[in-house]
Amino acid sequence: MIKLFSLKQQKKDGEATPKVGNQKKASAAQLRITKDINELNLPKTCNTEFPDPDDLLSFKLIICPDEGFYRGGRFVFSFKVGPNYPHEPPKVKCETPVYHPNIDLDGNVCLNILREDWKPVLTINSIVYGLQYLFLEPNPEDPLNKEAAEVLQNNRRVFEMNVLKAMRGGCVGSTFFERCLK
Amino acid sequence: MDVAVQIKDAFPKRWCHLKKVLERTGPFCHPDFEPSTDVTNHFIMTTCKILVIGAGGLGCELLKNLALMGFKDIHVIDMDTIDLSNLNRQFLFRRKDIGQSKAEVAAKFINQRIPGCNVTPHYNKIQDFDECFYRQFHIVVCGLDSIVARRWINGMLISLLTYDDDGDLEQSSIIPMVDGGTEGFKGNVRVILPGISACIECTLDLFPPQVTYPLCTIASTPRLPEHCIEYVKVIQWPKENPYEAAIDGDDPVHINWIYEKASERANQFNISGVNFRLVQGVVKNIIPAVASTNAAIAAACTTEVFKIATSCSVPLSNYMVFNDVDGLYTYTYEAEKKDDCLACGQTAKVLEIKSTEIKLQQLIDQLTESYQMKNPGVTTSINGKNRTLYLPTVSSIEEQTRENLKKNLGDLGLENGSEINVADVTSPNTLVFVLKVASESMQVE
Repeated sequence: MIKLFSLKQQKKDGEATPKVGNQKKASAAQLRITKDINELNLPKTCNTEFPDPDDLLSFKLIICPDEGFYRGGRFVFSFKVGPNYPHEPPKVKCETPVYHPNIDLDGNVCLNILREDWKPVLTINSIVYGLQYLFLEPNPEDPLNKEAAEVLQNNRRVFEMNVLKAMRGGCVGSTFFERCLK
Repeated sequence: MDVAVQIKDAFPKRWCHLKKVLERTGPFCHPDFEPSTDVTNHFIMTTCKILVIGAGGLGCELLKNLALMGFKDIHVIDMDTIDLSNLNRQFLFRRKDIGQSKAEVAAKFINQRIPGCNVTPHYNKIQDFDECFYRQFHIVVCGLDSIVARRWINGMLISLLTYDDDGDLEQSSIIPMVDGGTEGFKGNVRVILPGISACIECTLDLFPPQVTYPLCTIASTPRLPEHCIEYVKVIQWPKENPYEAAIDGDDPVHINWIYEKASERANQFNISGVNFRLVQGVVKNIIPAVASTNAAIAAACTTEVFKIATSCSVPLSNYMVFNDVDGLYTYTYEAEKKDDCLACGQTAKVLEIKSTEIKLQQLIDQLTESYQMKNPGVTTSINGKNRTLYLPTVSSIEEQTRENLKKNLGDLGLENGSEINVADVTSPNTLVFVLKVASESMQVE
C-alpha cells in the first residue's frame, strides 16, 4: 500500500492555489458521446442534423426508409443525451406524426433498448439501427398505437394502404397525419 | 479560559480509545504504522481536513461518526433542504428545521453538540466549486444518492492528479474518496484511490439500472399499479400538461393529479393497489431508506476514513457489499481498474506544437502522422462548455466546422496547456491531449 500521508502536512488552502479555468476537462459522458458521434456509421437511409455543432448532446436523426411499408417517407427523431449517459439511455422522440404500431401519436417510441433493455455498452448507433428496424418490421405484438397494431395483425393490405394514406397526408380513422413523403 | 483547556478538563478521558489504537502497536497494524501521539494530536485533530458530500441519511451518520472520532476540520456540501419525511432517520434535523439547508442545520447541530469540532457547511451543488476548492481536502467521503454526482466528483478528483517528469503519479496529489451508498436493506462501501484503484467510471456498469417498464406494456397491457402510474407520468402528463409545467414530485397538487388519473386507469384494467404513497414513490423513484443500513454503511465509511488518515490499518480493498434483507451478508472484493476507463484510464498525452499560430488543419495532420489516426474528430472544453473544433464523420457538423480548419489555434480559443479531445476509429476511446507550445515552458498546475 502507498503511504498517502507521509505528507501529514497542511494541504494548500483553497485560495492559495492558482485559479485555473473552471472545469476545463471534458466529463466522461462528454468524451463518450464524442466517440459515439464521431463513429456514427449511418445506413444510407439515415442522416443526422446538429443545429449547434458544439452541442453533441441534442440532435435530430432523419430516417427515409427505402423498403417496406414506409418506403418514401421521411421521419424525424429528436435525441437528447443526458449527463448520466451511458448509464441512462438518451431520450428519443419521433417528431413526425406517423401511423405505426410502435410509435404513438405523441411521438413516444416503443423500442426496448430505449428503456428497459438499455445497457451502457450500447451506442447511439445501436439506437439508429433499432429505429430503422422499426420501420422495416413494425411489431404488432408490442403496440403503442393499438388500432394500427390490430390492422397490421388482421390485414396487412389494409395496413399498407393506411400507412400510405397517412404518409401522403390524410386521415386514418379520425386521426389526421401531415404529409411526410420525401 | 482557553476553550481547548476547558474541554480537556471536562472530559479527561475523551480520546482514550483513540489513543489505544494510535499510540501503541498491535498484531493487526499496517506494517508501516508507527504509533505516536502525533497522529492523534496533530493530524486528526488539527491538520486533517475532510469533505463530506451529502448531509442526508448517510451524511448525518458520517458527520456524527467523524466528529465523535476526533476529526475537527470537516466541510459538508448539500444542495437540499430538509423535508418532513427525512426526520425519521436524519437525526441532526428537527421539525422546526423543515425547509432549511441540510448542510447548515447539520453543521450547526454538530458544532453545538461536539465541543471543539468545526463543521463548515456549504449549501451548494458540488458543481459550484472548482479544483481549488477540492484540492484543500485530505479525504472526500460521499453519502450520495445520485450517480451523476458520483461521476462528477470522481472526475474532479482524477483531474487533480499530477504526474512527474517520468510520467509517474505524484502521490501527494491523490485525494482518496470513500463512497457509501444504500438502497433499502442493501448498501456498499468503496475506497477509491484516484489513479491507483478502480474509480466510479471503471465500474459504471455495476450500478443497477433504474427500474423501467416497456413502454408498450404500460401503454397497452398494464398489469401492475406501477404500470398505471408510469403511464400517467410518461404519456398522459406530457400530453395534457395540466399545470403547464414539468412534474414536480414534491408538489402535492401534481402527485394528486397523477394519483387520480392512475386510479382511473387502474379501474379500467381491474388493477388494485394504486395509492397516494405508491404514486409518490414511483414518480420520485423513491426507494425506502432504512436507518440501520445507513448506520452500518456510514460506520464502515468512517472506519475507512480513519484508517486512511492514520495508516493504522490496511484500508478496504476496495469494494464491500452489504445486504441484510435476509440475515446479514457482506462480501468484499477488489474491483479492478479498467485500462480503457474514460475517467482514469488515460493521462493526458502531451502534444507538442510549434505555436498557437498553426492552423487546426496542421494540428490534425500532426495527429494523423504521429498517431496513425485515420479521421480524427477534435473537440475541446472552453470554460466548461463543449466546443466542437472539427468532426469529419458527421456531414452536418463537418460543414459547420470546416471553416475552423483554416483558423489558427489561438483564434479557436486554444492556448498552451489547453486540452483537446480526439476521437478516432483507431482507438476504443476518446483520447485527451494537452497542447504544449514548444517555445514556452508548460504551466503545470
